Amino acid sequence: MANSQIVRRRIHSIRNAAKICKATEMIATARMKRAQEQATAGRPYADKIRQVVSDLALQPEDNGNVHPLLQKRDTTKTAIIHITTDHGLCGGLNANQNHLVASSILEQSAPVILIVIGRKGKGFARVTRRDTYAVFTGISDSPRLQETLPISRVIINGYSKGDFDLVYLAYPRFTSAIKQTPVMEILLPVKPPPSPAPQAREYLYEPSPDVVLAELLPRFVEMQIYHAILELKACEQSARMVAMRDASDNAHELMQSLIMTLHRLRQENITREICDISGGAEALAR
Amino acid sequence: MTTFKLEIVTAERMTFSGDVSEIVAWGTEGQMGILPHHIPLMTMLRPGDLLIKKGEEEQYMAISGGFLEVGLDKVVILADACERAEEIDIERAEAARRHAEKTLKSSPSRMATAAAETALRRSLVRLKVAYKRPHR
Repeated sequence: MANSQIVRRRIHSIRNAAKICKATEMIATARMKRAQEQATAGRPYADKIRQVVSDLALQPEDNGNVHPLLQKRDTTKTAIIHITTDHGLCGGLNANQNHLVASSILEQSAPVILIVIGRKGKGFARVTRRDTYAVFTGISDSPRLQETLPISRVIINGYSKGDFDLVYLAYPRFTSAIKQTPVMEILLPVKPPPSPAPQAREYLYEPSPDVVLAELLPRFVEMQIYHAILELKACEQSARMVAMRDASDNAHELMQSLIMTLHRLRQENITREICDISGGAEALAR
Repeated sequence: MTTFKLEIVTAERMTFSGDVSEIVAWGTEGQMGILPHHIPLMTMLRPGDLLIKKGEEEQYMAISGGFLEVGLDKVVILADACERAEEIDIERAEAARRHAEKTLKSSPSRMATAAAETALRRSLVRLKVAYKRPHR
């Protein structure tokens, strides 16, 4: 029967799709582990640099000069760093990021320019007709710091030149394997994190606190951007893992119901044939 | 033997963590040695080799800039990049050195000169450290 053949064909195609989903899920699981490890490996550095920056920011200004990256300016232009993935098949991850960025663009009083990382964000900027200051794509799955330095350089230079006066960093935070929270933080001007316990002892700064701070601040910004990208990578893999698990579960469910349909069709056929045969036999016997 | 705790961290990972008795690093004012009970200090590091001593044991690392913080009983080095002697790829470092030298010879712009000089210094440090490793 043509009908059961159609059902068979569908089962076949869904089985193939399920296999692909399963494979993608397994790859994502393996990569997620690596991405997570990478995100945690950089934590000691992040903690230390944060502590030193907050220690140094507490130092009295001896000549009244505030480092440009610390100085608050009147906002005439805001930049939002929109971090997304390059590839899809990761559930609502990018949609959530786009949503967050889109709604916060509306809240800004100053005109907004986007700095986009990832192909999905690039598409978002094109569809919503947003101006982009820079677009970066093709960051590898386990990025080295080196790879993200050009991004940081563009942002720090743009800020120093006055292309924008306020920079937000929007990225998904890895809460757990099944939960990613879109967050948005102020990147520039640098707001020194509150120091947990003011250092009682005096440090000897060489060559001087100003110089150390001036060298430290760009690295602090670089570290934050690098860290956000690592978080994104961990989120991407875990979101993909969950999305693909759901997809292969759904595929199996669909397959089960189609197999039931197929059986029913087959049974109907048999019944009909038996009816035909017994009807024919009775007619002959008469 | 008095020792102190040394941690070397980069943005990517913790490269070293352990008790040592002396370190010698390149600060902004020149080479400096740090022994236990040093006063609290925060200094910038130039690209250079780092000597770590634990008793008689010596170990070299290549550091391409960063910061060094001496706390009460702990020293933390925030390195831009840091490699142990055995991790260094001599061929790659040689290639980088040759490339930087070639760039410098072709009399580039001031920006490119500065970049090439930094690259040259970094590759020289790597090579210096790499050749100090114990021969196997």
